[in-house]
Amino acid sequence: MIHMNQALTPDDLPRVAEAENTAAQAFEHTIRVCVAAGCLSQHSDQVKQGLEQHIKERGLTHCRVKGVGCMGLCSAGPLVSVHSQEALYQAVKLEDAPAIVESISGGTPAERLICPTNRPFFTQQTKIVLANSGEIDPERLEDYIAVGGYRQLAHVLNELTPAQVIDNITRSGLRGRGGAGYPTGLKWGTVAKASGPQKFVICNADEGDPGAFMDRSVLESDPHRVLEGMAIAAYAVGASEGYIYIRAEYPLAIQRLKTAIRQAERVQLLGNSILGTSFNLHIHLRLGAGAFVCGEETALIASIEGKRGQPRPRPPFPAASGLWNAPTLINNVETYANIAPIIANGPEWFASIGTEQSRGTKVFALAGKIANTGQIEVPMGTPLRTIIHEIGGGIPEGHRFKAAQTGGPSGGCIPAEYLDTPVDYESLTALGSIMGSGGMIVMDEYSCMVDVARFFMEFCMSESCGKCVPCRVGTAEMYELLSRIVQGRARMEDMALLQELCEMVKYTSLCGLGQAAPNPVLSTINYFKDEYLAHINDHICPAGQCQFEAVAQEVQL
Amino acid sequence: MKQSAPVLTADEKRRRMVTATMRKNGYMPDALIETLHTVQSAYGYLDDPSLRFVANELHIPPSLVYGVATFYHAFTLKPEGKHRCILCQGTACYIKGSQGILNAITRAYHIAPGETTEDGEISLLTARCLGACSMAPTAIMDEDVVGNLTPEHALAVLEGWTKS
Repeated sequence: MIHMNQALTPDDLPRVAEAENTAAQAFEHTIRVCVAAGCLSQHSDQVKQGLEQHIKERGLTHCRVKGVGCMGLCSAGPLVSVHSQEALYQAVKLEDAPAIVESISGGTPAERLICPTNRPFFTQQTKIVLANSGEIDPERLEDYIAVGGYRQLAHVLNELTPAQVIDNITRSGLRGRGGAGYPTGLKWGTVAKASGPQKFVICNADEGDPGAFMDRSVLESDPHRVLEGMAIAAYAVGASEGYIYIRAEYPLAIQRLKTAIRQAERVQLLGNSILGTSFNLHIHLRLGAGAFVCGEETALIASIEGKRGQPRPRPPFPAASGLWNAPTLINNVETYANIAPIIANGPEWFASIGTEQSRGTKVFALAGKIANTGQIEVPMGTPLRTIIHEIGGGIPEGHRFKAAQTGGPSGGCIPAEYLDTPVDYESLTALGSIMGSGGMIVMDEYSCMVDVARFFMEFCMSESCGKCVPCRVGTAEMYELLSRIVQGRARMEDMALLQELCEMVKYTSLCGLGQAAPNPVLSTINYFKDEYLAHINDHICPAGQCQFEAVAQEVQL
Repeated sequence: MKQSAPVLTADEKRRRMVTATMRKNGYMPDALIETLHTVQSAYGYLDDPSLRFVANELHIPPSLVYGVATFYHAFTLKPEGKHRCILCQGTACYIKGSQGILNAITRAYHIAPGETTEDGEISLLTARCLGACSMAPTAIMDEDVVGNLTPEHALAVLEGWTKS
């Protein structure tokens, strides 16, 4: 028996896993209830309590209830799954608890709650990052160890040199999942080569793109996976201090991370002498305070230092001079979550998934006018059509697909004629959008593209940190021009001025926020120029969104 | 004789929470944002005396503290109402009509985002994205995340607050 309050050795990990799996086998049925934020807000915690209570009342000792992370199909929440029945139940309410417990003792699944799993949403996904989501209890370290957790850290610490780890990551072809797609192995190598008495690893969990919630979900569903990835990275680059910079808007993810760090420290999977080796890593949490620009790495570093989150010119890059001027490695949540599987299955396995330039899988958050909202994980290079019409289930209420928006305020809109584009870094960039962190918002014919462009410009304008002039003044001017267009006050000259401003802001801004701010405008002008012209010349909004008269009255007031 | 713990006023208790955060971070200047988070959760907003107190304790110029306090959206320098309605203005919510909800509340209660009703009952706030896009449009009503919101539903919740 291994007590989970003393230091673990590498040999203990399989033993803990075995003990945990033996204990699980004592139960014939495990009812998994999603307790990630999506389902929780639909009161899945009450469902969980209800199930527990019924099992207790009926004295069913061969059943247990387990809180797990996100199962993906958030629009059908709260979700409950019972593997022994091969059943997934959707929209479960507290009143449904007896029916589910009944169905387990009766042997047939409760038909009326069944969520069919033979649909493309479930069959066409490839889960690497989300492999444990919806399976393990995110608040129990033992659960993570039972599925092989922290064993890759043990393997790396005992059998690989830092250079070998970096070589593995480089050969896997993994690229940063935060948006820009910089090769991860190259970044690690640069930090490893940098000299300095102290180095830092940072996890960027400041998921600021509106419409993106993958990182929240990963942290809520499988926090130890991210910690293990960070620890492997820290070993590879020679860091002993780590920071996770997370949005304060994600209270549940923060709480689960705190729990996970505390659990890992208690058994020396983090802290000093990790797994009995001389490797130390202390991970600290830092809460963001609601500034989109802090997703930019130099702004994020300033924020960790307790300052205003304003970017600074690069070079020097954080890899050479980052947090407190020390060499610093910054990766995104999803990037770290990919590390342990790469080490476990080998770089060749990872490189065999996806496309030539973009290896592995990508997690997307599907939202907007689409039937199956939630999060999905697909191999890189999956056509947009497959994601939207098959996995996403198409557009509800018989509406037509108009555009998919990727990359948030830094991305663009992809129109219907490019639905067959494979989703990878280069293809999306060629279309004037970006991969971004993985938010994908679907729009139908009732969305006005000019209004969408204005929406994103308003976002960039108010999120601009104000340090450089092109971004601070340029976004405000572009917003004014777009407002004029949607209100029917614009002339054709404004259109030319808008395009000119886009170019100027794009090429002269200091950081990514400003450089990418014109993207939504440029891509909508590119693909939906007719709509702009209809607003300007005919004072008509083809989508029926913009109300010219009402706006004109407000202006007069 | 058994000694009872000294009775602390509400203000002293809050001050202690703030001090605890600074102590935990070794009174380092980089603890500023963490400390302001604590002040905000203890007092509900960042008041002048607290900002000066934090500046003093962490040896940071008050101008810098003020700069940080006003830079981040999460901090507010004004007291908030008894109830908070945070409307999500993220892309998914926008596409699904969050603007209509915002307009309905603004019209019914005469408050713009960031403002509080005159009776100090309701504060209307907006968020960039609550990360609950699958249930768009969403809002946080006091502590509850409410999804698939309609203008009518939102007004009903607010009316429930003013009545109780």
